[in-house]
Amino acid sequence: MKPFDYARASRPAQAVDLVASRDEAAFIAGGTELTNLMKDGVLAPGLVVDVSGLPLSDIELHEGRLRIGATARMRQVADHPMVRERFPVISEALLASASPQVRNRAAIGGNLLQRTRCGYYRDVGSPCNRREPGSGCPAIDGQNRQHAILGGSDHCIAVHPSDLAVALSALDSVVLTLGPDGRRSIALKDLHRLPGDTPHRETVLRHGEMITGLEIPESRAARNSRYLKLRDRASFEFAVVSVAAALTLRGRVVTDVRLAFGGIAPRPWRSAAAERALRDQPLTDATVAAAGRALVRDAEPREHNAFKVELVQRALADILSDLGGNR
Amino acid sequence: MSDMSKDGHSRRSVLKAGGVTTAALAVPGGVAAAAAPPEGTAPASTAEVTLTVNGRPHALTIECRVTLLDALRERLGLTGTKKGCDRGECGACTLLIEGERVKSCMTLAVMEDGREITTVEGLARGDELHPVQEAFIRRDAFQCGFCTPGQIMSAVACINEGHTRSCEEIREWMSGNLCRCGCYPNIVDAVRDAGNGAGR
Repeated sequence: MKPFDYARASRPAQAVDLVASRDEAAFIAGGTELTNLMKDGVLAPGLVVDVSGLPLSDIELHEGRLRIGATARMRQVADHPMVRERFPVISEALLASASPQVRNRAAIGGNLLQRTRCGYYRDVGSPCNRREPGSGCPAIDGQNRQHAILGGSDHCIAVHPSDLAVALSALDSVVLTLGPDGRRSIALKDLHRLPGDTPHRETVLRHGEMITGLEIPESRAARNSRYLKLRDRASFEFAVVSVAAALTLRGRVVTDVRLAFGGIAPRPWRSAAAERALRDQPLTDATVAAAGRALVRDAEPREHNAFKVELVQRALADILSDLGGNR
Repeated sequence: MSDMSKDGHSRRSVLKAGGVTTAALAVPGGVAAAAAPPEGTAPASTAEVTLTVNGRPHALTIECRVTLLDALRERLGLTGTKKGCDRGECGACTLLIEGERVKSCMTLAVMEDGREITTVEGLARGDELHPVQEAFIRRDAFQCGFCTPGQIMSAVACINEGHTRSCEEIREWMSGNLCRCGCYPNIVDAVRDAGNGAGR
């Protein structure tokens, strides 16, 4: 790890000022991501600003919206009785993430900003357009079993690793930030950019802009929500494919459905097409299959990941069967 | 007294042994929720920190890039906490901060200034091993032993958290600790024994 200056912020605005004051500055909260990236030389900030002690860790329901502070730990949110009862997909996604030790430490804001697990990105000996713009993407013709089938570009096909972000995407969550230009609310679906020809620009956040919290609207669908994660081992592993689903039925007819997918795209992949195929339709094998086909219509599988096209449709069918009872 | 083993270790004494308190259970969220507003510090590449390890305060001047793991091993000579992958993937460096298990390779020592840290060296009371240590020996829950300190610290927390109701639950909640020798069945047995108050 290269040497850096460290400062502990006493107020959010001070943290923003400190990071904004230096080009090579970064926030740290849980530390479970930045420490690894610094050790590997993927990131080398000259200043690290500790926001872990800021009073931004509350979890509360306010006028029909769940508010989660950015420095709340994964475990706190996963264990929270109100989250478990009214937003089960969030708790399930968190409990399917990382390990108990990491969940005790990793902060909610940082979870959304974690970097891809693409091996080429993490290995500074490899070219990577995301890490070093213009250096190339070895994944496109290389080891791409873990990579994207949707939303990638000729410059990058890395997938976003956060389970939480997938769950939040399904629930129309909003990210609250504080930056040098003041406060902003950003729809979670707009937080992460698709790679296009600038994969190194991962989010819409500006330098010095800090996530201070999240807001998630309550809904009947959110109460009937689930997270399904398929991975190469049963625990402590990133998703090969995952689905966050929230569903409301009247009789057998779908009145509300929200579907987001992980492991298949460079950002949490909310599929309006799959939702359209189900909304106001009876929940049957045929409509579920149609939703799956709509989801993968534009899929561009690579040499080693074509199996994800089938797997993600099966995952969708499985979770809808669970949420909707027997069909 | 059905929860008492024959030498008088109850489940409660398993939790309490070695100064590991149940505070993390009483306050949801533990450290983060209980923290007072932070005192800010100015940017600097070194810092004066006090790490309270196994009840003993240690004042150090330390480079800010030093992980808690390296500070313990290289500066304080506490080599019980092991450095395996140094990337948070193996769990060998697991210890307790304010009673919660964390991976010490993934946090900077400067971030833990003033916190109570418990390492594997802090579990035994003199010659009397902690019930989880006893259970690991009785169940032969290791071969090479390199992952064992991390397994034991993780197990202490796993029991504190109440995640030992079944073997399946233990496997899930111990999944952050890898054992290259493959002693998992015996580790699960040891954690279940200690969780049931049958550590010896």
